[in-house]
Amino acid sequence: MIEARELVKQFGSQRVLDGVGLKVEEGEIVVLLGPSGSGKSTLLRCLNGLETMSSGSVEVAGVAVDAGMKPREREARFRSIRQRTGMVFQQFNLYPHKTALGNVTEALRVVRGMAAAEADRIGERLLARVGLSDKRDAYPSRLSGGQQQRVAIARALATEPSVLLFDEPTSALDPELVGEVLAVMRELAREGMTMVVVTHEMKFAREAASRVVFLDGGRIVEEAAPAAFFAAPRSERAQRFIRQLQGER
Amino acid sequence: MDLVFDNAGFLLRGAYYTLLITLLSMFFGLLIGLAVALMRLRGPWPLRALARGYVSVIRGTPALVQIVIVYYGLVDYGITLGPITAAVIALSINVGAFLSETFRGAIQAVPKGQLEAAYASGMTTWQAMRRIILPQAARIALPPMGNTFVGMLKETSLVSVITVTELLRSAQLLIAQYYVNMPFYIGIAVMYWVMSTAFTTLLHAMERRLARAY
Repeated sequence: MIEARELVKQFGSQRVLDGVGLKVEEGEIVVLLGPSGSGKSTLLRCLNGLETMSSGSVEVAGVAVDAGMKPREREARFRSIRQRTGMVFQQFNLYPHKTALGNVTEALRVVRGMAAAEADRIGERLLARVGLSDKRDAYPSRLSGGQQQRVAIARALATEPSVLLFDEPTSALDPELVGEVLAVMRELAREGMTMVVVTHEMKFAREAASRVVFLDGGRIVEEAAPAAFFAAPRSERAQRFIRQLQGER
Repeated sequence: MDLVFDNAGFLLRGAYYTLLITLLSMFFGLLIGLAVALMRLRGPWPLRALARGYVSVIRGTPALVQIVIVYYGLVDYGITLGPITAAVIALSINVGAFLSETFRGAIQAVPKGQLEAAYASGMTTWQAMRRIILPQAARIALPPMGNTFVGMLKETSLVSVITVTELLRSAQLLIAQYYVNMPFYIGIAVMYWVMSTAFTTLLHAMERRLARAY
């Protein structure tokens, strides 16, 4: 479903990604872990082209993009990748001038050219799925952070993506609102959605992930099943990372 | 003061031209301003440079000079424009430069995450602009745009020098006929003030409406 090869991202003289290879099979839930600045968000954003890779290649949902392609060609391919993936952001990034329903149906209307009535039907079904049917006409400014992020998940689901990308979906939420968002993500995991998740929620990683990928300094340091990773991380850096997280508790 | 009321019809005709030139220039200025703002933000570098040059020249020269260049200057190249056409062209070009700066600032003020969300959902740059960025930028741009609009209304008095019988020139013509100054000048000052206030009120109503939307 996803394959990244030799991915390098250079910001000026700094290598944020230093030759990363990642493979995600259909139905897998891969959690990217690592200290801040390790490149995990950049890796995620390279998968749908929000970040331009410096070299390497990615293949997502059957569409291959190589860093060596002409910008126009690369952009066109990333657009078709984006039409087959959904993304959920740390800061929600809901469209403030559209209602909850409007946010969910926007891509259906604009990208798919779907008629309003049909898009609304799909939108209402998705809002019901994230438990927000009663908020269909509410603007984002009237919603709590947790509700906004659930609308954002519904929005990401609208175009029936083959993969969902989550970029720290609970990091901007008050602690008491994290649970409702994780619950929706667990539900998606149960339904077999392919997901790549950047998060600091260890409990989610432990319980929902099929695989944990640990990054540090722009490289993948360790890759393992969550049980193995958390019980006995092999690398010293991963051990330190887990110790620090537990120390915070 | 009776003289003013006796000639109210003539002055109102002047006010009509003031209004007409304001609205037309504002309309074309909006189109120019939007196009130039997008050129500066997303265009390839030659367009960017061109847009930057345009804004710099227009903002760095007096509107009066721009008006006489369009009306009198172009005659040298065989381009003879009617006074009203010349007035609208000059003022549209002028106000377009100022509005492009307003729009550019407003577009940049929309959080970066909005464009990313639109891209992530598969939109093209144009779709994202039209559906997501510009509607939000419009709300940010409205108050400064209103100021430009009212400024424009007053700036139209400049085109009296190219024989457009707008409000100022209609007063000057009446003064030449009756040999009294003050009543006519006061009269048109009041008319300018009424029009400006009406616009301001209208714009405030629009701002309130937009603010309520979300």
